[in-house]
Amino acid sequence: MLDLSKFSSIGEALREALETYATDVCLIESDRNEEKLRLTYRDFKERAVALAKWLQDTGFAVGDRAAIIMTNQSKWLISAYAIFHNGGTLVPLDYKLKPEEQWQLLKHSGSSVLITEYPIWRQLSNAPGREAATGIKKVLVTEAPAEADLFGAMTWEAAKAGGTPEFVPRTRQDLACIVYSSGTGGIPKGCMMTHGNYLEQCVALTSLYPFWPGVRYLSILPTNHAIDFMVGFFGPFTCGAAVVHLRTLRPEYVREAFVKYQITYVSLVPLVLKNLQKGLQARFDELPPSKRWTLEALRNINKTLTRKQPRLGLSRRLLKDVHSAFGGQLRAIIVGGAFTEPQTLQFFYDLGIPVANGYGLTEAGTAVTVNDLKPFRADTVGKPLPGMEVRIVNPDAEGIGQVCVRSKTVMAGYLDDEEMTAEAIVDGWLQTGDMGRFDHTGHLQLFGRRKNMIVTEEGKNVYAEDVESAFEGLPVKEFCVFAENYIWPSHSMVGEKLLLVVNLGTGQAFPEELKNLIIARNNRLMNYKRVHGIVVHNEDFPLTASLKAVRPRLAERLRKLDRDAVIVTV
Amino acid sequence: MRTLEQTTQEILQLAAKQFKVAEGSLNPEDDFYKKLGIDSLQALDLLSRIENHFRIELPDYEVQGVSDFKTLAERIQSRL
Repeated sequence: MLDLSKFSSIGEALREALETYATDVCLIESDRNEEKLRLTYRDFKERAVALAKWLQDTGFAVGDRAAIIMTNQSKWLISAYAIFHNGGTLVPLDYKLKPEEQWQLLKHSGSSVLITEYPIWRQLSNAPGREAATGIKKVLVTEAPAEADLFGAMTWEAAKAGGTPEFVPRTRQDLACIVYSSGTGGIPKGCMMTHGNYLEQCVALTSLYPFWPGVRYLSILPTNHAIDFMVGFFGPFTCGAAVVHLRTLRPEYVREAFVKYQITYVSLVPLVLKNLQKGLQARFDELPPSKRWTLEALRNINKTLTRKQPRLGLSRRLLKDVHSAFGGQLRAIIVGGAFTEPQTLQFFYDLGIPVANGYGLTEAGTAVTVNDLKPFRADTVGKPLPGMEVRIVNPDAEGIGQVCVRSKTVMAGYLDDEEMTAEAIVDGWLQTGDMGRFDHTGHLQLFGRRKNMIVTEEGKNVYAEDVESAFEGLPVKEFCVFAENYIWPSHSMVGEKLLLVVNLGTGQAFPEELKNLIIARNNRLMNYKRVHGIVVHNEDFPLTASLKAVRPRLAERLRKLDRDAVIVTV
Repeated sequence: MRTLEQTTQEILQLAAKQFKVAEGSLNPEDDFYKKLGIDSLQALDLLSRIENHFRIELPDYEVQGVSDFKTLAERIQSRL
């Protein structure tokens, strides 16, 4: 691995990696059964430098912002390097957002360049919001069919220039990325991440989960996600490892990829991990009784022998068939984006497949705590990573309080929002809004949130306020969206749901037509943003001077109601 | 060549069979996540089955954001 203490920026470290590991493979791209592309670090450099030079020649300057909206593929990473080479700031956006949401974030981020894929651009160019994002001066599209209408864009493939682009240095304090942790439909939360944030995070993570040339990381989480950006790009590249991209994420092709590419690490959200568990369990259940008995016996032996720490070689020999199904080289599954149920983590660990579960948030520079596997603890989210200071503020009688973090990986603040930044970072401590406590061995355990938000099993952060615009204009006196856990804290971080609270006016009944209207509006939202229930509360909401609902007070009032009796499921 | 209506009906039948619900209980306008109670991975499984049935390849991006049978049928029809 490169000595990252020597570098001041992501671009500088990556530039060194492209030289150091020139002949090693850095990227493999596969579509269904066919391998489409294999690049060495030298090949990568050749492509990235040509794009960097083109950007430089067309006036892209230090500090300029460029957004990427792409599925996981080689051109994502090549484009990102070209931006960093020029001292630019990268704005990685979620390709799964709706086009109008993407335009909103493009505008908010102040991006002047957009790099995207043709099908995404086709939708974007016809969506409302384009006229507002006037800062976008250049659009590059990949994979455009010949003769296609480019709607004012140019092809990524044509954006290359000969010659050597000047490398633009940056300091550790300079802005590297603006990462949106949420905020579509409401107030955008653009986390300003510095080069120092990423360099420090990379050192901390790779100290527990190292990469080296020959390691293959399967990139499934979207690269705009903080986890994949770190462990599916910056981390492996600074260690000379290879990243495998799949152009389709159908489960059958993902399964094949493990074997075909002898995958070493993969990152998954809890939903996918649970799906894998379900699939494996179904296969175990189909085994004839004698084989099932043998599997159980071997699993128990493995469990006993790996109680103190993982013993990969031993587990691979004991449970050969299971490990072969994962390619035989898998060292760990990294799980993140949301809370994972302990029984799922334990299921894999008992099979000799460690799951690196942890806790983190974009604002903290991804991971705050990670399970160090010494020993494996499914009931916690691990210990703080090196360089992380974590404390519990205002603990209750059970020791549970708000988790606060101070570290060099914590963001510089929210873009263009000093007020929100001041609320989030107090005296250098990031107020995570999550509730937790440390056990006697220094492992962190989580117990719900104090924020009015949910995190889905797919790793999506949804703030209740951001969903409200979908219900504007309803024939009700007033309404408010809440996370159910915010009103009725349950000390749990799984199965979180949103609720719509409506005030119809004193004594008014809840008509069926209104319920149907709410359902219709709800269905227009992406599935993970939908409310799961309605609470009719015909008392005036407490309001601020600017006539906005005072959510904590309203929640306090609702808390006194019988949850099961008042929620109408939709 | 199938009509859009035929395509839609065949998709409803495939979905009903895969997720073991009564055929007549599904409508083109239904949100399949909600109606079938499935997650995004199960939706990808359904897509694979649909691809095999119609002998087409449907890139993931084509179905991004699609959650009702009717729109899904239109995307498939355009590739037949």
